[in-house]
Amino acid sequence: MTVELLSANHGAALAATLAARANRFGRGFCSGVYPITPSTECMEYLCQQKIEKGRVVRVESEHSAMGVCIGAASAGARTFTATSSNGLAYMVENCVAAACLRLPVVLAVANRTLGPPWNIWADHSDALTLRDHGLIQFYCADNQELFDTVLCAFRLAEDRRVMMPAMVNMEGFILSHTVAQTQIPEQAQVDDFLPPTDIPHRLGDVPHTLGQIEIPHQTEMHRWQHHSAMLEVPRIYAEIQNEFEVIFGRRPADAVEAYRTEDAQTLIVSMGTIGATAERVVDRLRAEGQRVGALRVRLFRPLPVEAIRACYAGKQRIAVIDRNISLGLGGVLWSETRSLADAGAVVQNYMAGLGGGDVRPEHIVAMLADLEPRETAGAPSMMEAL
Amino acid sequence: MNEPALGGMVQTALDRAEPLFRKGNTNCGGCGMSNLMQMLRHAVAERPVQLIIPASCAAVAGGTFPQSTFGVPTLMTTFASAPASASGVASVAQLNGEDLRVICLAGDGGTFDIGFASLSAAAERNEDVLYICYDNEIYGNTGGQRSSATPAGAVTTNTPDGKAEQKKDILAVMAAHRIPYAASLSLAHAEDTLRKLRLALDLKGFRFLHVLSPCPTGWKSEPALGLELVRLAVRSGLFPVYEIFDGRRYVVNIEPDFSDEALNMYLSLQRRFQKSGLAASDLRPAIDRTWQNLRALSGRIVPARRNA
Repeated sequence: MTVELLSANHGAALAATLAARANRFGRGFCSGVYPITPSTECMEYLCQQKIEKGRVVRVESEHSAMGVCIGAASAGARTFTATSSNGLAYMVENCVAAACLRLPVVLAVANRTLGPPWNIWADHSDALTLRDHGLIQFYCADNQELFDTVLCAFRLAEDRRVMMPAMVNMEGFILSHTVAQTQIPEQAQVDDFLPPTDIPHRLGDVPHTLGQIEIPHQTEMHRWQHHSAMLEVPRIYAEIQNEFEVIFGRRPADAVEAYRTEDAQTLIVSMGTIGATAERVVDRLRAEGQRVGALRVRLFRPLPVEAIRACYAGKQRIAVIDRNISLGLGGVLWSETRSLADAGAVVQNYMAGLGGGDVRPEHIVAMLADLEPRETAGAPSMMEAL
Repeated sequence: MNEPALGGMVQTALDRAEPLFRKGNTNCGGCGMSNLMQMLRHAVAERPVQLIIPASCAAVAGGTFPQSTFGVPTLMTTFASAPASASGVASVAQLNGEDLRVICLAGDGGTFDIGFASLSAAAERNEDVLYICYDNEIYGNTGGQRSSATPAGAVTTNTPDGKAEQKKDILAVMAAHRIPYAASLSLAHAEDTLRKLRLALDLKGFRFLHVLSPCPTGWKSEPALGLELVRLAVRSGLFPVYEIFDGRRYVVNIEPDFSDEALNMYLSLQRRFQKSGLAASDLRPAIDRTWQNLRALSGRIVPARRNA
């Protein structure tokens, strides 16, 4: 185990490189990559690595980047790619194809808002376009967590009971370009953690077709199987956390990270780096005697409904901070979790930090000040409108 | 499945035991792609092969889950992605030291239009992929709309008065990528086609084959006349049959007789040209220009029209 000073982009690429090398006794590693701000440094780093039994294909579009990954995974290899924003939007068709083909592609996304008008800064609107299509989604808050989550994503995606793509999200620049000390395991440890990729339906010698025509009840059956496999992910992820801890000597973050929530009356709920800011706010307000806690949803698909419900239980006021907007509805995390709170609880949505706007502790304090006197929840509000 | 017009040439003891394209598939009668798959089976023989197929008639013909029409492992990709996914499959085969032929089988829509960027990129990277375009000059799978492979004058469902623009010269575009091998194939000339299929199967790097593929449904032609139509297109000079090595060395494989009789026959046997009333005299100047260029490229000092 060594400690390196790495940006999150480089950390994701290094985790992918270690995973790639770990499959040298399997069918190897093949990845398609294409640059886009702010995920470019991830693919650049990957392109600079020497990977035994590995190839990184420099393609002409994000659509083809995922196309290469689909081909590579169909041939039984471990695969990885990285993108952002409109690149992810362009890739969506093939992301859905990878999911429907049940191929364990790992995808690192440096989240950036969608344009035009062009804005290269962070929000979650890119990743959330893939909310409903059978890809596992993690949202990370710091460099080490991102590195660990990429390793876990390979293990999870390639688990026979799961067998589907996994996305690991980091907010563009805010996390992707932040350089921090990151603990890097030895290759032998990664070899132990990631057994050779074994994709049971890969193209081999026996004639069979991946992705051909289906009739309605077959599609229903396949969607249900996919959904059922997804529902197992929180349980399987917990197993993987245990194995990770045994091999690497530290525990990767939970699917849902609860911070000082046990006796809290008010809860701040968020995804990604805003969650780290929320924890500092909790510390400050706790010092002033306020019973506040923070909840950070790391695993967004599948949504860990039971874990969130357990944490919402007994809370009177819940501020859900969304770095996204589902236009015509409000924040996505809010709309998906508001029904999990106790009857009578005030679950108020604050959308903040869209297009890379800074969400600072004082913003969260202002949200809580807005929440405090409310008897009932109002319509979702935008932070700038407070 | 046995194509009598080929005189049994495609059915020999060399054939793989397992057909590439099994009986009971849903292709229309007289589909050129069915003929192609028969010849490909013969050419492939016992070579290990995998197929990568984008959205197309071939994807539909692939059969309904869990049956498979194709007698080899096959991956159906999104419309624009066959060359990219084939790059992935071929790379992994190479990494594992496997002697595998990765074949893309795509229509003209997936080749000339929506898949063109990924095709160009895979060719530029010289991926170890054999790309076969069966060109029926139409979006057949969606009911017959124009593509950039549709010839001028052809009526399609979205060019009801006949297409105004000329067909894209795909082989010239592929030659400009300086790939190891690019060739046009005539289904009516089985010996030449088999030779080129075998050659393309055994070359390394990116190989591109362009097949004029009759579509009775889209061309409004008699199903049994498909191969005859190809023969007329070749004879008249409308569909030049040639090969290009490394984007530089051009070899004309079949000499047309450039007869207007053949050209008029080709046009009159397809109702898609009826409305625009195309005749040989309309097409001849462009055909002459194409052949003058081809003569120059192939280094053969022969008049564009022997009978001119």
